[in-house]
Amino acid sequence: MSAAVRAKRWLDPTALRNLFRDRPLIPLTGLLLVLVVAVELSSPGTVSVHWAGVILRQSVPLAILGGCQTLAMLTGGIDLSVASIASMAGFVTATFVHSPGGWPQGIAVALAAAALAGLVTGIGVGVFRVHPLIMTLAMSFVVLGFSNVWQLRMVQTGAGVPAELRWLGSNLLWDVIPYSLLVFVPLTLLILLGLRRTGYGRLLFAIGDNPVAARLSGARSWQVLIVLYVISAVLAGIAGLILSGYSNTASVSLADQYLLPSVAAAVIGGTSIMGGRGGFSGTIVGAIILMVLGALLTDLGLPEPWRQVVFGSIIVVMAAAYTRVTAEY
Amino acid sequence: MTAAPFVARRRALGAVAPWASRNAWTLGLIVFLGLLLVFTKLIQPSYDVSGVQNLAIGGLPLSLAAVAQAVVVIGGGIDLSIGSMMALTSVVCATQMKGQSDEFGVAVVVGVLALGLLLGAVNGALVVLTKVPDIIVTLAMSFVWAGFALLVRAAPGGAASGWLKDLVIGSLGSEWIPKSAIVLIIVVAVIWIPIARSRLGLSIYAIGSDRLAAFRSGIAVGQTKFFSYALCGLFSALAGISLTASTGIGTPVPGPYTLMSVAAVVLGGVSLAGGRGGLVGPIIGVIVLQMIRTDMTFLSIDTNYALVAQGLILVGVLMFGSLVQMRRNRA
Repeated sequence: MSAAVRAKRWLDPTALRNLFRDRPLIPLTGLLLVLVVAVELSSPGTVSVHWAGVILRQSVPLAILGGCQTLAMLTGGIDLSVASIASMAGFVTATFVHSPGGWPQGIAVALAAAALAGLVTGIGVGVFRVHPLIMTLAMSFVVLGFSNVWQLRMVQTGAGVPAELRWLGSNLLWDVIPYSLLVFVPLTLLILLGLRRTGYGRLLFAIGDNPVAARLSGARSWQVLIVLYVISAVLAGIAGLILSGYSNTASVSLADQYLLPSVAAAVIGGTSIMGGRGGFSGTIVGAIILMVLGALLTDLGLPEPWRQVVFGSIIVVMAAAYTRVTAEY
Repeated sequence: MTAAPFVARRRALGAVAPWASRNAWTLGLIVFLGLLLVFTKLIQPSYDVSGVQNLAIGGLPLSLAAVAQAVVVIGGGIDLSIGSMMALTSVVCATQMKGQSDEFGVAVVVGVLALGLLLGAVNGALVVLTKVPDIIVTLAMSFVWAGFALLVRAAPGGAASGWLKDLVIGSLGSEWIPKSAIVLIIVVAVIWIPIARSRLGLSIYAIGSDRLAAFRSGIAVGQTKFFSYALCGLFSALAGISLTASTGIGTPVPGPYTLMSVAAVVLGGVSLAGGRGGLVGPIIGVIVLQMIRTDMTFLSIDTNYALVAQGLILVGVLMFGSLVQMRRNRA
C-alpha cells in the first residue's frame, strides 16, 4: 500500500467516522495528550509522574460514578441518584468508626443501604416503567432525606473518616500510584469483561439499542434493569467510600458536585444517552480528561466562574463533535 | 423502528378520551391537594391566612420554574439549566436595581426578561443546531450560566425595587388572595394562553408527541423546539425576578429549582416523553410539594423526612399513574 493511498484512507470521512464510533479511545487519548501538553506549556515543569498519580487519584471516584452513568445510559436511562448514594455511603461509614463493629461494619451497612436504594430504583424503572430520570431523581431525595435524619441521630456519637479509607483514597504508592487503584482496577476489569463477555452485558446493549427487538428476542428487561440499578448504586457507594477517604470529609452532600461531571465523563467518553452505544473504557478516559482540564484551567489562573463557563462550553463542543462525526446520515 | 405500535396504541387511546384523561390527572391532583389542605387544617387548626400567604410567596419562584420546565417538556425536551438561568437573571436583576429609582427598576425588569429570552434562545439554538440530546446540552449550559452568575456577583447581595417587592408580598382585596398568586396567574395566562392557542402552541405539542409525524405534517420542528426553549428562558427569567422580589437580594448559586421543577412537572401530569400535559398541573404539583413540607413541620416530624416524603409521593404517584394508564410502552 503506497503512502498516498494510506493518507487518503486516513482522510476519508467514513473511515474517520468509523474510527470515532468504534474506537473512541483513540481520538480521546489524543485529546488527553493534547491537554497534558497544554498543561506543561502553560506552566512548565508541572507534568511529572507524581502529577499523573495525583490526577489519577482524583479521577478514580469520578470514573466510578461515570461508570454508573455509562451502564444506565447503555439502556437508555440515566442515574441521578449516584451523588446522594455516594455521599450517604461515605457518611454512614464514617459514623461507624466509634461503634463496636468499626469501619468494616460501616462499609457493610453503607453498601447494603446503597443496594437497597438501587433495588427500589430498579423496581420502579423496570417493573413500574417510571422514567429513569425521574425515578432516580426521586430516589436521590429519599436517600438525602434519610442521610440527613441519620446525621441528626449521630450528632452525639461523632463521626470521622476511618484511617483505612483515608489511606485508600489519598495515599500514593512510591508517591506515584494511588492505592485506590486496588479497588478501581478489579472493578474496571469486572465492568469491562461483564459488558463485553457476558450475556448480561449484551442484554444491557440490546435493551438500550432496541427495546422492542430485545423483548421479542426473549430478554426480560425488568430483570436486567433491576440488576443494573443495584449494580449502579453499589458502584456509587464504593465511589463514595473512596471519595470520603480522598477528601477526608464525611458529609451528606460530599459527592453532589460530582453528579453532573459523572454524566459529562460518560458523554465525553462516547457513550450515547440514547442507549446502545458506548463503553466504560471511554468513560475512564473521559473522567481523566475532565480532571486534566480542571488542572489546566487552574494553571491558566482562571477564576472559578470562568472555569465553569469553559467547562460547560467544552462539554457542549465535545458532544456536538461526537454527534456530528458519528451521526449516521 | 418502535414508532408503529406506539402510535397505534396512542391513537386507539386517543380516540376514547385524550382531553378528558389529560384533565383527569389535573383534577385528581386538585382533589389530592384539597385532601392535603383538610389534613393540614385538622393537624394544625391555626393554619389560615398567613399560612396561605407564605405558601404563595414561597411557591412563586418554583411555580414559575415548573412552568418553564413544562413548556420544554411538552415539546419533548428537558432543560436542566433552569436553576442556573434563574440564578443569573436574579443576580442581574438585584445588582442593577440596587440604589436605583423605581422607573429604572421597570427598565431593569424588561431588560432581564429580554436576557432570559436570550439565554433560552441560546439553549434552544444549541439543541437544534448540534443535534446533541437536550439533557446533555442543557446540563452543560447549566455550568455556563452559573459561571456567568458568579461573574456578575460573587456573593449574595443587591436589592429589589420597592414596587417589585410590593407586587408579590401581601394580599389584594380579601386577605385570602395573596398577590403572588395573582401575579402568577396573570403572568402565565398573558404569556401562555395566546401561544397555546396559536400555531406555535399546537406545534410544540405536536413535536413533543411525535416528532416524525409533526415533521411530515409540515411543522418546522427545529424552529418550534427553538421557540420552546426561548419561552422556557423567559419563564426562568420571571422565576429569577420573583426570587429577587421575594428575598430582596440576588443569589448567584443555583438553588434546587432545576430538579424540583422536573419533579413538579412530572407530578403535574406532564409526560417526560412529551406532548402531554398543561401548565396548571405543574403549578398544583408545586403547591402539593410545598404543602407536604409544611405539614411535616406541623406534625413536628423532622423536616428531613419531608424530602423523603416528597420523593416517595413522587414515586408513588408515578407508579400509580403508570399502572392505571398502562400505556407507556417505554421505547
